Amino acid sequence: MPEYRTLLIAGSGPAGLTAAVYAARAQLEPLVVEGEPSSTSDQPGGQLMLTTDVENYPGFPEGIMGPELITAMRAQAARFGAELVTAKVSRFDLGSGPPFGVWMGDPGSPEPTYLAEAIIVATGARSLMLGVPGEDRLLGYGVSTCATCDGFFFRNQEIAVVGGGDSALEEALFLTRFASKVVVVHRRDQLRASRIMRDRAGANPTIEFLWNAQVTEVVGDGKVSGIKVRDTVTGAQSELAVNAMFVAIGHEPNTGVLVGQVELRDNGYVKTFGGTRTSVEGVFACGDVQDDYYRQAVTSAGSGCMAAIDAERWLEARGA
Amino acid sequence: MSEKIVTLDDATFDEHVKASDVPVLVDFWAEWCGPCKVIAPVLEEIAEEQAGKLQIGKLNIDDNLDVTRRYDVMSIPTLILFKDGEAKARLVGAKPKGQLLQELAAYL
Repeated sequence: MPEYRTLLIAGSGPAGLTAAVYAARAQLEPLVVEGEPSSTSDQPGGQLMLTTDVENYPGFPEGIMGPELITAMRAQAARFGAELVTAKVSRFDLGSGPPFGVWMGDPGSPEPTYLAEAIIVATGARSLMLGVPGEDRLLGYGVSTCATCDGFFFRNQEIAVVGGGDSALEEALFLTRFASKVVVVHRRDQLRASRIMRDRAGANPTIEFLWNAQVTEVVGDGKVSGIKVRDTVTGAQSELAVNAMFVAIGHEPNTGVLVGQVELRDNGYVKTFGGTRTSVEGVFACGDVQDDYYRQAVTSAGSGCMAAIDAERWLEARGA
Repeated sequence: MSEKIVTLDDATFDEHVKASDVPVLVDFWAEWCGPCKVIAPVLEEIAEEQAGKLQIGKLNIDDNLDVTRRYDVMSIPTLILFKDGEAKARLVGAKPKGQLLQELAAYL
């Protein structure tokens, strides 16, 4: 028999946990399906678990470590009675209901694990990989998705960071604590990153830039020894000798289980209408799963609060 | 931390891993690693459930560089399964509990 819940929240980054704090205080006894461990950002706590100092979250003048901020948010949600389970939603049935069927584990199981009167989707986004030869094979042997986890191992070595946005420069700057040289490999001739990050990276003597460069292969026998790059202007091929490659080329939303269930935008992000409502009544979305523009911890938290209030009012109007 | 989990260090590592009657799953971790925090509770559960069949050991890489380097750990969390003192399997990165158990099943 499926267990009945008034409100189920999928995801436990700042959006999901803020929604949980608000919903729990509103006595909705939310269940937070927090995700499963992984070393990409698709995991309990979300992308902040892979960061170090968060300098722009209001209220922390000296900054705060990403995992610490998440731990505090979890404790705050739990204090008001939110229940957290370490699992991932394997299937939603949003076509009939409310209540909506939510599966964990085997998606082919005839009965859902939970029936939820309202759902808040806060499953976030995960880092994209390059998808070039050698990348998979050398993951954990010099190819990394987590600078804060793995930078330590490349002390006094040379590292490539692939990407041109804020997260690429953040990783590059972080890695200068360890590396003798960090080369930012970007496929264009200018960065997408914000002014402050560009200035910081530009002023750092350990960081070099390789412009108009597309990575075509990661090479190494047992561990990374270099990357092959193609000049996007001249087409010339070359090899850059590095001991590690960190990838920060952007994100894609974790919306796999939502395909065919709620309306998605062309880029895969959940479409929202006037706040956090989705195309299905009773299903709300917040955080990076519906935002490819602001993508900040504080905007995620803000939209998580909105989703909880929207869900609460919707439930109230239905007399649930 | 579960009483069933043993803390290893450079000095005691070899002795412990060799002397163990059951396979030892060593978690190479550090305080500053988010995914390590995420799998810690999973390892606690496995330690309780597999007590007597599998020993979980934790090795802080910051304090124990010798063992960390010897096994070429370049990413954390890395889990290495030792049987009769020999490294038999290596799992890089945080993974869900079901997947961890599945990948270790052949050695347990």
